[in-house]
Amino acid sequence: MNHLEVKNNQCIPVLSIPVLGYEQFLEHNTSLLKESHYHCVNYYGFRFQGKIKLICCIANDKEGTIYISSSIVEQHQTLSSFTHHHLAFHIFEREIHENFGINYTDHTWLKPTRFSFNRADKNSTVANYPFYKIESEELHEVGVGPIHAGVIEPGHFRFICNGEQILHLEIQLGFQHRGIENLFLEKKKLLQRITLAENISGDAVSGHTTCFVNLWESLCNYKADEELQYARTVALELERIAIHTGDLSAMCTDVAYQLGSSVFGRLRTPVINYFQIWCGNRLAKGLIRAGKNHFPLHKTLCDTLHKLFDDYEPDFDEMCKETFTLPTVLARFEKTGIVTTEQASSIGTVGMSARMSGINRDIRSSHPHNFYSSLNHQPIIKNHGDVYSRAQIRKEEIKQSIGYIRKLSENIPSENKNRTILSPPSSDSFVISLVEGWRGEICHCAITDEKGELVHYKVKDPSMHNWLALALAVRNNEISDFPICNKSFDLSYCGHDL
Amino acid sequence: MIKNIKILFHQGKQYIPDITKAEVPGIFRGRPIISSEKVNEQELVDLCPTGAINTSPVKIDLGKCTFCGECAFAFPNKIKFTTDYKISSNERERLIIREGEDKPIELNPDLIRKETFEYFSGSLKLRQVSAGGDNSCELELNACGNVNFDMGRFGIEFVASPRHADGIVITGSVSENMAEPLQICYDATPEPKIIILAGIDAISGGIFEGSPALNRRFLSKYKIDLYVPGNPIHPLTFINGILELIKKRK
Repeated sequence: MNHLEVKNNQCIPVLSIPVLGYEQFLEHNTSLLKESHYHCVNYYGFRFQGKIKLICCIANDKEGTIYISSSIVEQHQTLSSFTHHHLAFHIFEREIHENFGINYTDHTWLKPTRFSFNRADKNSTVANYPFYKIESEELHEVGVGPIHAGVIEPGHFRFICNGEQILHLEIQLGFQHRGIENLFLEKKKLLQRITLAENISGDAVSGHTTCFVNLWESLCNYKADEELQYARTVALELERIAIHTGDLSAMCTDVAYQLGSSVFGRLRTPVINYFQIWCGNRLAKGLIRAGKNHFPLHKTLCDTLHKLFDDYEPDFDEMCKETFTLPTVLARFEKTGIVTTEQASSIGTVGMSARMSGINRDIRSSHPHNFYSSLNHQPIIKNHGDVYSRAQIRKEEIKQSIGYIRKLSENIPSENKNRTILSPPSSDSFVISLVEGWRGEICHCAITDEKGELVHYKVKDPSMHNWLALALAVRNNEISDFPICNKSFDLSYCGHDL
Repeated sequence: MIKNIKILFHQGKQYIPDITKAEVPGIFRGRPIISSEKVNEQELVDLCPTGAINTSPVKIDLGKCTFCGECAFAFPNKIKFTTDYKISSNERERLIIREGEDKPIELNPDLIRKETFEYFSGSLKLRQVSAGGDNSCELELNACGNVNFDMGRFGIEFVASPRHADGIVITGSVSENMAEPLQICYDATPEPKIIILAGIDAISGGIFEGSPALNRRFLSKYKIDLYVPGNPIHPLTFINGILELIKKRK
């Protein structure tokens, strides 16, 4: 066998992962991606007995499984690249190159990824990123960041423009790098690791924390009961509603539609305040825990949530109706920042950024976790790949999520008061956990040693796949449309930088 | 147009009328109270993910506390989190809550520079620098300016350039990769200027404390004018902290 087929959150012995010769490893994984129902969810390397072990995880979206294979290569070795066969691997090979000094003979864009503190080449620093240049007297460059005009995270955008028109955008990230993957190994207490998961990306707390606890429970051979699954599913959908609403507000701001900006902004407040009512934190930090739940979502709390939606929906519908028919808004949304289906599938976008370009990619339907198999989720797909499609997806996903939460609360699982304590993690094991956060699929992978201690932890935020989509979207647009394009993706800097 | 006015009309007034007396909904975890009950203190210390709890007597450092509330679940009679959100201070020491104490956290007036309230009390323009954060404090700082919290009514605003700013607000644990941009931004801000640390990541490094990817030297070089604890900060904590800092004093 060239690979091992696993389910989402299935714990397997690390030794059962086939180890292939590099040529075969490359041939096998890249040929899988020739069919559209396969996509790469994670591809990474780690230090293993003085060499580098590469692990590739390809999702089969039709069967709901993940194909795991591996290969062992030398540090600083020169290899032929996966990227040459399929562009979706580009960012993963860039990361492998940066971390271990592995070179590729035919990688088209072997640039630094995040300038991690343990990178192979310490001479490559955040201050000397090798930007792409075009020599021409008619073109000019515009540099923006790392500190931006608004209150947002740091990242550098380098535009090459012909007058007002953007020819090329290169995005330099890494400013938010905090060494999270390494801290997962350094911090030994479970609560510390959960806190780390909560702090990967503050706008996707439920997503990353659910991903971590699903993984951890699988590693500890613990079956989460219905109440835990219920709370996590509601948290994930509520986070989607909150962030999507906030993004609609911000998108209105970027096209100077003041009323939409204010009303969507104020509609987000009760939703995130609900997290505070439920668990004491507006962004759901402290809510999700492995093998326990301090904040059972009982009947009274559910009723409060229903009441909230009863108030939210009429205002939201009214504001949407106005926003989505207003010529001044539509003129800025429609046909702006287009990513075609071909581009999106070649670079391997995920989540909302895939669904806006006609790609049916949603972990909630392909690899359902928590309560999603019972919801029979149907992804919302748009085809134009423009700012308008991304706005429409948000609007419709909000309505869909409200529907799901209402449906779920028809049958509230009773509070489980006699939970068993988590046993220690299994030894020599590997688990991959996928969660569909509001941005797209979040993937965490863990490997343990013979004592059950973590020896490697890998975090992948959907933004890893999607940043290139933004760079492609703005080509041939006016530079003044960059803010609306950027906000319509709303990608994570810290999720990428780790 | 008429539809717009209709929406405007029935949205009505959304702002919190008195920001200094607003009640937070739900079970917000603000300033904790530690009772003098005897417990196994070592267990308490071992529990905390960020080492915010110290012993003899028991103390919680709000500059490190993630407000996860796990200690209060394990020792409900020892530790209680109140809904008091006014937890900002200009003195690091005042963020440490001791056993048996139940008094509001205040600013130390002696440490406030005269120009802070003389120049900034009616108008304070801030430049925000996100340096190795997780975007949670950034979301909440944006929320400070929305129609509900409406920080702009006090003349407090975020501006696009450090040249227009009276001070900087730092969020995040200050990554090595942001150390230089942060310094450049601070240097570009005209005097007199203030520094505000928003969130425990900025104050102590939070869960990232000790990571080799951080470079927090900037923070030890300058006087910090305000510490705003929280993970993330609550908009009410931030706004009330600043109002206290810049209010007119003799």
